[in-house]
Amino acid sequence: MKKLTASVVAALALSLWFAPLARAEAITITTFGGAFENAVSKAFFEPFTAAEKTEIKKEQYDGGLAKLRAMVEAKTTSWDVLDLESNDAISGCDEGLLQKLDPKSLGDPNDFLPGAVLPCAVASMVWSTVFAYDTTKLKPAPTIIKDFFDLKAFPGKRGLRKNPKVVLEWALLADGVPAASIYKTLATPEGLDRAFSKLDTIKSSVVWWEAGSQPPQLLADGAVAMTQAYNGRIYDAQIKDHKPFKIVWDGQVYDYEWWGIPTGTKNSAIAAKFISFASRPEVISQLSKYIAYAPPRRSAIPKVSPDVLPEMPTAPDNFKNALQLDSNFWADNFDVINKRFLTWLSQ
Amino acid sequence: MNAKKTTKGLQASTELARADFRAAQRHESFRAFALSVPLLLFLVTTFVLPIGILLWRSIRSPEMDAVMPHLAESLRNWDGLGIPDENVFSALAGDIRSATQAGDLAQVGRRLNLYDAGFRSLLLKTSRRLAGEQSATWTKAITAIDPRWSDHETWRLMKRAAASLTPDYLLAAIDRQVGPDGHISVVASDQRLYLAALARTFWIGAIVTALCLLLGYPVAYLLATLPSRQSNQLMILVIVPFWTSLLVRTTAWYVLLQPNGIINGLIRTLKLMDAPLPLVFNRTGVLIGMTHVLLPFMILANYAVMRGISPLYQRAAVSLGAHPVVAFLRIYLPQTLPGIGAGAFLVFVLAIGYFITPALLGGSGDEMISQLISIQMERQLNWGLAGALSTYLVLFTLAFYFVFNRLVGVDRLRLG
Repeated sequence: MKKLTASVVAALALSLWFAPLARAEAITITTFGGAFENAVSKAFFEPFTAAEKTEIKKEQYDGGLAKLRAMVEAKTTSWDVLDLESNDAISGCDEGLLQKLDPKSLGDPNDFLPGAVLPCAVASMVWSTVFAYDTTKLKPAPTIIKDFFDLKAFPGKRGLRKNPKVVLEWALLADGVPAASIYKTLATPEGLDRAFSKLDTIKSSVVWWEAGSQPPQLLADGAVAMTQAYNGRIYDAQIKDHKPFKIVWDGQVYDYEWWGIPTGTKNSAIAAKFISFASRPEVISQLSKYIAYAPPRRSAIPKVSPDVLPEMPTAPDNFKNALQLDSNFWADNFDVINKRFLTWLSQ
Repeated sequence: MNAKKTTKGLQASTELARADFRAAQRHESFRAFALSVPLLLFLVTTFVLPIGILLWRSIRSPEMDAVMPHLAESLRNWDGLGIPDENVFSALAGDIRSATQAGDLAQVGRRLNLYDAGFRSLLLKTSRRLAGEQSATWTKAITAIDPRWSDHETWRLMKRAAASLTPDYLLAAIDRQVGPDGHISVVASDQRLYLAALARTFWIGAIVTALCLLLGYPVAYLLATLPSRQSNQLMILVIVPFWTSLLVRTTAWYVLLQPNGIINGLIRTLKLMDAPLPLVFNRTGVLIGMTHVLLPFMILANYAVMRGISPLYQRAAVSLGAHPVVAFLRIYLPQTLPGIGAGAFLVFVLAIGYFITPALLGGSGDEMISQLISIQMERQLNWGLAGALSTYLVLFTLAFYFVFNRLVGVDRLRLG
């Protein structure tokens, strides 16, 4: 009897010892959810699970570093890979909330578009802020960013994000400042004044929105004649909901979306493996099949399906008067400019 | 002799009984306390402690000490006149290097950006340029990187940030700052945000409270005076929205109020107006939404009081010759004051913390203080300023609580 007990205990102990080896590995990837999560699941997560036998758990957040910072400070980081916006990718790295990536694991650095590899993050796609209108309701059709600010030729409400980013850049573009010197101009007090006085001209007609899901709704409801929006959201409304929307690409402000690895995660090796997997040209080009965002690698662009190519922010026709969001400028100046923006709004 | 003995015995036994009683009472109150310990612990850990920590953050300034300890130490010893000496510069160089390596230089940048938006980039630029620098005199090397390092103002602000306790968040939250002369001054006019937002928050809270009272009081009166069968049926109409998610109700209002929504559609069909009424993305939308969401609190608080008021007094007043209106105003209304007070207090306190409804139904110029706190908390990671703004909100709420307690008494606060 005693022997039996001992052998059972030994067997139990052994099975416990080996259990972790038998269990499949798992990592948690946190994204903004919604259409983007569906797209990355199909394009990146499922192939990675198939190739590496690693289960991927999905979590969602709304951007911002507050939650990550709280986790890192409490030493309980439960996210292994994080989907980030540019300003968070930069400040997260500066604040030590993200781990440094090994650029060698990503392949040829010259294959990436300029600025698509940061010390702590690598771009997962290119997305763009554009403006769109309903072709059945707005005639004549606007074609350039100046038209957005022209209430005489194009009467009606305008939808804008309640955030100085992009809005101020557009005000200067519409006021005749060339794309190349937008941030130089915004950095001067006179330039900032100029942007705000341009905004003054349409202030009374603006409907301010906060969430990316709002602008297609505003257009569909006829609450605005034209609205600022993310190109992927408008594309979704065009394709899935068959809405008669049209994007005006002139003055588009494009930006990257990023992958990063939070500080303090226990699975950083697998997380790094995932990021390097998802950055491979043949993998990263798959994303455009599921959402209208472009790959940030040159060698991946020819692999994108020709059907969706004209809808990409990086398509040559769309890219003519494009401006890259300067996240460093905003990292430095967002606080002061946003305060002025909010004060201006309430006047 | 015998009698005396008996009295003594009686006294002793009374004493004993009293002691027993006291012991039993002590035992009872200890048991009651023990039973409430889990709740107390829960409240302390999930409510008192987090709020306390957030408020504590509004006066703390730990970044310099944590990330650049040598610099913080030498800045505290510096007399604050002109430009500091080589000691401070060499501490700066050493600490920038170690902070860059640890990857938390930006924490100091964020702390200093409270004073001047250029600090974060100044520190990062200095860190990049210092990377390969080997210098005998750091003063020379660092001032060559950027002229701001030879500006007294830069160093004055660095010294302010080096103090471990600071009033600056609390000042910034009411649009104040400490100027170069050491006096408190108002910030530039295009940066004055928070006082106006606080005033706006209280103003919106007051209007919503008044609207709720105006709409809720008659309903509560109706519910309290109807026969219970009917009043119970009507009560469902109050309770169901009360149980429905705040977000659902707010979104429903958006659907109703939007330019091509149901209300404007009706106006157009009836040809009452040509242009759609601007009902949403402005103050009107915020007030409609918040009033609807908070109305059940006002109704229930008043209903609870009104149900306990006997109709006999009012009837007596009328039978003694008072006009029904006079009877209502002089007999009934004063008896419902506790309900009005409780309802107004609940609605007002809930209203000044509102967040989702003004964000979805409001337009430019409808920001309430909670929305600004959330920007600092989530987007800017400036938890000190978020804490300072919250401190004022908590202080004002407490002040209202004390006023309410004085005027009405908090024990009268009940719903149903």
